[in-house]
Amino acid sequence: MLGALIIVFREVLEAGLIVGIVMAATRGVEGRGRWIMIGIGSGVLGAAIVAGFAGVISQAFQGSGQELFNATVLAIAVVMLMWHNAWMARHGREIAAEMRDIGSAVSEGAKPLTALAVVVGLAVLREGSEVVLFLYGIMASGTSGMSLLTGGLLGIAAGALFTGLTYYGLLAIPQRYIFSVTSWLIALLAAGMAASSVQFLNNAGYAEVLSSTVWDTSWLLTDGSIVGKLMHTLVGYTERPSALQLVVYIGILLAMALLMRIARYRPAQQVTA
Amino acid sequence: MRTSIALLAAPFALTALVTLATPPAQAADNFTVTIKDHKFTPTELKVPANTRVVITVINNDLTPEEFESSTLKVEKVIAGNSKGTVRIGPLKPGRYPFIGEFNEATAKGVVIAE
Repeated sequence: MLGALIIVFREVLEAGLIVGIVMAATRGVEGRGRWIMIGIGSGVLGAAIVAGFAGVISQAFQGSGQELFNATVLAIAVVMLMWHNAWMARHGREIAAEMRDIGSAVSEGAKPLTALAVVVGLAVLREGSEVVLFLYGIMASGTSGMSLLTGGLLGIAAGALFTGLTYYGLLAIPQRYIFSVTSWLIALLAAGMAASSVQFLNNAGYAEVLSSTVWDTSWLLTDGSIVGKLMHTLVGYTERPSALQLVVYIGILLAMALLMRIARYRPAQQVTA
Repeated sequence: MRTSIALLAAPFALTALVTLATPPAQAADNFTVTIKDHKFTPTELKVPANTRVVITVINNDLTPEEFESSTLKVEKVIAGNSKGTVRIGPLKPGRYPFIGEFNEATAKGVVIAE
């Protein structure tokens, strides 16, 4: 049972962390609870569908379907995160000011909410499909299935608890810093996802350039450990990054910084979104 | 806003270019690992070093397995009673352990590049 708990917890950790960060990043934006629930709900539904077609997806594109699927899902999430940060750079100050002055929720937050709902949905979809497959395997194998299934469900519960911890941890940050902190977190999240995405492309037999390993820090922190998985999601840590991963990681961070700079710039007349 | 959209698209256009420029490499040899009763056969797989290698992982169990190796930079779910393709390398000569993440206690193996 404990084994199943740990395996499932490790799978849902990444999605849990992303949901926690997204919740903190949208603090005070009206209707965010609904959008996040829509994201999680469609992610779970999608995960069940993807798990159901796992065999078909895996066989597609000369056996590279799963890798291409993961690469695409990650790439879309990166675009959505960049969009969110650009939007926040433009409107974050007004939102923060309004929250201070009126102490009420802000209503003009619909745009980044859809973007972040997509990010949440994709994170749940990607990690969730593996959990569904794993739990399905337990049920299919029959023997001592009940105890393993309990462990699996407890693993999901532990993941949800972890989301709560992330969220309340981030809420401890003073109000006036929270948007810049979450913007940075999202920038690192996006850069890490983009680096994972190109590795999946490489595994699929594409993007086979600059594939040499730049360094090896497995002596310090392994990818398989819980802390390694956490750092992987948070800052894109991987024990043996390839040159291409490094280039893409830095490239996305620079693009994000530039984009936010452009978004923040306003000509003299008032611009409405 | 048009500039920012262009900027958003730039890294992906780059990725797409790289992707289009490099079609999937055809490996000379094919290697096979079979999963049965949550164990790999063979447990030691010898592959040539310094070249791309394609490994077919056949899962003969009813349950799914996740073929995972941080040293090979691979993470792939293989559904029950099906097979999956894993592309690795080019590898420097050495030992590269892999596991079945869903049954870590028994599903262990190593790729030996030489």
